[in-house]
Amino acid sequence: MRAASYARWAAGAMAVALATTACGGGADAGEGGAVLSSSWTDPQNPLEPANTNEVQGGKVLSMIFRGLKQYDPKTGEAKNMVAERIETSDSQHYTITLKDGWTFSDGEKVTAKSFVDAWNYGASLENNQKNAYFFSYIEGYDQVHPEQGGQRAKTMSGLKVVDERTFTVTLSQKFSGFPDTLGYNAFVPLPRAFYQDHAGWLARPVGNGPYTVQAYTRGSEMRLVRWDAYAGPDAARNDGVTLKVYTDNNTAYTDLMAGNLDLVDDVPAQQLKNVRADLDGRYLNTPAGIIQTLSFPHYDKRWTGPGADKVRKGLSRAIDREQITRTIFQGTRTPATDWTSPVLGAEGGYKAGLCGQWCEYDAAAARKLIEEGGGLPGGQVKITYNADTGSHKLWVDAVCNSINNALDDDKACVGNPIGTFADFRGKSTTQKLAGPFRAGWQMDYPLTQNFLQPLYYTNASSNDGKWSSKEFDRLVDRANAETDPAQAVKLFQQAEEVVRDEMAAIPLWYQNGSAGWSERLSDVTLNPFSVPVYEQIKVG
Amino acid sequence: MPEQPFPPEGVIAGGGAMDLSATEAGTVRRPPAAPDGAGEPAPPAAGPAETADRPRSLWSDAWRDLRRNPVFLASALVILFLAVISVWPSLIASGSPLKCDLARAQQGSAPGHPFGFDGQGCDVYTRTVYGARTSVVVGVCATLGVALLGSVLGALAGFFGGWWDGVLSRITDVFFAIPVVLGGLVLLSVVTANSVWPVVGFIVLLGWPQISRIARGSVITVQQNDYVQAARALGASPARLLLRHIAPNAVAPVIVVATIALGTYIALEATLSYLGVGLKPPSVSWGIDISAASPYVRTAPHALLWPSGALAVTVLAFIMLGDAVRDALDPKLR
Amino acid sequence: MGRYVVRRLVQMVPVFIGSTLLIFLMVNVMGDPVAGLCGDRQCDPATAARLRQEFGLDQPVWRQYLTYMGNVFTGDFGTAFNGQEVTELMSTAFPVTLRLTIVAICFEILIGVTLGVLTGLRRGRPVDTGVLLLTLVVVSVPTFVTGLLLQLWLGVQWGWIRPSVSPAAPFGELLLPGLVLASVSLAYVTRLTRTSIAENRRSDYVRTAVAKGLPRRRVVTRHLLRNSLIPVVTFVGADIGFLMGGAIVTERIFNIHGVGYQLYQGIVRQNTQTVVGFVTVLVLVFLLCNLVVDLLYAVLDPRIRYA
Repeated sequence: MRAASYARWAAGAMAVALATTACGGGADAGEGGAVLSSSWTDPQNPLEPANTNEVQGGKVLSMIFRGLKQYDPKTGEAKNMVAERIETSDSQHYTITLKDGWTFSDGEKVTAKSFVDAWNYGASLENNQKNAYFFSYIEGYDQVHPEQGGQRAKTMSGLKVVDERTFTVTLSQKFSGFPDTLGYNAFVPLPRAFYQDHAGWLARPVGNGPYTVQAYTRGSEMRLVRWDAYAGPDAARNDGVTLKVYTDNNTAYTDLMAGNLDLVDDVPAQQLKNVRADLDGRYLNTPAGIIQTLSFPHYDKRWTGPGADKVRKGLSRAIDREQITRTIFQGTRTPATDWTSPVLGAEGGYKAGLCGQWCEYDAAAARKLIEEGGGLPGGQVKITYNADTGSHKLWVDAVCNSINNALDDDKACVGNPIGTFADFRGKSTTQKLAGPFRAGWQMDYPLTQNFLQPLYYTNASSNDGKWSSKEFDRLVDRANAETDPAQAVKLFQQAEEVVRDEMAAIPLWYQNGSAGWSERLSDVTLNPFSVPVYEQIKVG
Repeated sequence: MPEQPFPPEGVIAGGGAMDLSATEAGTVRRPPAAPDGAGEPAPPAAGPAETADRPRSLWSDAWRDLRRNPVFLASALVILFLAVISVWPSLIASGSPLKCDLARAQQGSAPGHPFGFDGQGCDVYTRTVYGARTSVVVGVCATLGVALLGSVLGALAGFFGGWWDGVLSRITDVFFAIPVVLGGLVLLSVVTANSVWPVVGFIVLLGWPQISRIARGSVITVQQNDYVQAARALGASPARLLLRHIAPNAVAPVIVVATIALGTYIALEATLSYLGVGLKPPSVSWGIDISAASPYVRTAPHALLWPSGALAVTVLAFIMLGDAVRDALDPKLR
Repeated sequence: MGRYVVRRLVQMVPVFIGSTLLIFLMVNVMGDPVAGLCGDRQCDPATAARLRQEFGLDQPVWRQYLTYMGNVFTGDFGTAFNGQEVTELMSTAFPVTLRLTIVAICFEILIGVTLGVLTGLRRGRPVDTGVLLLTLVVVSVPTFVTGLLLQLWLGVQWGWIRPSVSPAAPFGELLLPGLVLASVSLAYVTRLTRTSIAENRRSDYVRTAVAKGLPRRRVVTRHLLRNSLIPVVTFVGADIGFLMGGAIVTERIFNIHGVGYQLYQGIVRQNTQTVVGFVTVLVLVFLLCNLVVDLLYAVLDPRIRYA
């Protein structure tokens, strides 16, 4: 009987396979030398600096590049890195001088031209760079990246190379915070190889940072090694980092527990309850520049009429932030009391308690406010979120339960999931949503301006609720023109108070970054962008 | 007892000694009604009807058998109970499934809350009782729809073969190719009403090819049997052939697949909800609760255990029911 | 037989065109993928327009489809949003998933058929009840949970296996994922075999074989099993395609960068090129499996003939 003998053969083969795995299943965390492995997800966009708008690609860029400024991993303060000095007398015309001695890892010198060319590349419409808007303050941006029609110029008129180590920047308007934005990845210099052999560069990027890329296999791993000729003060304290692509952060966490991985920089929500026991305290939970809010459709007249602000304030007071952050997020979120982030620090514009009573849970006050405001529009609020990323359903359900309990009505609030992020964004950016929707904001650079202007300024790029206030716009304009940082912060906070008084968006909580690591590692920290500070990690 | 000898006499007796199954012990077995041919007996299914001594159909025979089968009665009772709490959940649960207090999240059982609380602090008992309606409706209706559509199309393809088979089978192939996630995101995202029927419809639309394949294969085999050939030669109409001779003998694999699929459809409803395109909050169903509790199986297994248990009991009831129906339809057991 | 196979191969052409068109349209009606590319910030209109142009999204759908099919016939399956060639994605994903599927199918056939024969011959006995209970567990506890717990116990607690599969994904590492992936199908195969065996053991040819005094083993394998396998073969044949394209949960839990994972990513990011490319290959797999299944019918039951 042929079939029977085949079956016997197959059974034997399976038994052999079982035996071989049993023998070969040992852990191999020891990668040889002081190299650490870290969880990663494949970047969503090609790894060009001005085209990378998410954390995973940003991780790599922060290892292989150094810009004019670098944000201090602890304080978030922007400190000179490649820049020797950045001077201005009017917050509009800047002269930037570079330090001597910086090179790319392929030996090319980092010059003023490396910056100017990179910025022109990033701004240019024909290069399809998703972060092009970062260059929009520079004069001539509207020529290389017009809103309509073709590109009218190759380069921005506001950028001029003076000599090898000096260039000038002219902005189209006054912006005193401009130097502080220059630590962002989009502003890094690029070597000539980037333009000459673009595909080759993408396959193995070359930069001027403390690490160089040794090998990159799309979809599985990137091996970075310490670059010994690195010119900066923050040279790597380990021999290298291997970024391993994981399909799921929970799998990465399991691998960490099993000893196959050294660092997980995103501990899954469902493991937070056990994380301290699982990892014996090798766990970090630290503020990051991310705030979650509920935005409102201010284009919908049911949410803008008289008393609507009272309804919004009432909803805000019906949300028990304390309980939700403690129970659902296990303390990896902090109840928000303003519209910025604690990582800015008091000097940088964070003001704890600016929201005041409007962000404090009080069921009775919430009921009263909503009643005074004419009740919930349509008798029910639907909080819209996307179902495919993050654990939004979890907290939206909790927020709704909190509102329902406060208002003593099972149907006062329900979640409204949308299948994909793209669909959700498509609907929110084209004003198709009829109720409040989730809004998350991760800062680009640690400035109050970044938490307010893109979100609440009239017709700003992320003002999806189309909120508009002349008073707010005026205060922001004045703050941007202000040369004294303390004075600017004060004006931004006044603008923030306008947001509060109208409750343009309900602040929910500040998000923390979290990380867990193996016994081999020490000195693990996260920067304010919730990216591990790899160069400081010690192995062994 | 693996070395127990194969009992040939049982086969010849047509039941009795062969029938070692405790579950069938209570069933009264009649000797084969068909006259014995020389080693190739005519199919008993056709026997009584063809001879027309007693105008009893196979289906009424089956029903008589079923009424006396304790397994059938037990599973029917469970299903009846499920039906009752689906219609009146408040009979056995007093609270509201939507009343949730985050302060009690993931806690174990407490007085008045025998099953404890889930991750949102909702009462697991109340939610399990109230979840029955959605889950049973989705499971049963989707299974019925899939089984009907699938077996009709599959049987037609298998029976007529040739051109019919080509067209029907290739349509099946196209439907097979649609990934569930894509289908759900496209077809269900246009639905705004929060109702189970679009979900049921969707499952039927993507589920029928599986049953259709099974039914086709089954019909292809069964129609090779001599009694079918004989009936065909006697000039039986295609409808009569299919319904009277082929269907009862080809239905077994369909029942098996359908009863297990019932459980997976209840779970599929949750997958669709998880994708944000199935039932919208604040719907309550076992599937939704199971998928919400799954990630927390390490910290709060009880929140997973109870809705999963309810699902298991439901599937068990339908599997046993299916088994009993299949036995009743199998003429060789008579 | 030969003509039958040729006819079936010819039939693949309309199915192929029909399903690619259907999938193409489905991804298209999902909306504008560009909206999701710029994170929580709106793409500036000029860049968004450029991106649409680059991906060909500014063209009418029918032209997009024709262009795409034209490219496919020259071997160009387009690029994913992260700039990777779809053919490159497929060449890494399909071999891995194929290995996973082979492992899963082996489990289905070996364990499923064995348990099915055992329970079919011993209906109502403890073995039968035990297998029924296992079936219920497998159906009512999500794969996600079984996978997670097995991974935790075998991989972390006892250290028998690696919890995650390495990028190379050799067969040895795929045993546990394969078992988890096969679990629900196992339930089907077991019960299908059980029912068929229970039904056929009373049929005339088994009686004849037993009456001839053949050894029990030969009766079971040669006569009983062979004739009971048609529903099982049908099920397994259809399952191959499902396992290849739908192992989303298993692939995610065990870190397998296979077809299910890539397809899911492509769908939620609305990347037409990835989705249609992967589904196209899957359709071919479906069609070939079905053909093989139909040919197996004739092998298992010689009365079935194809003209």
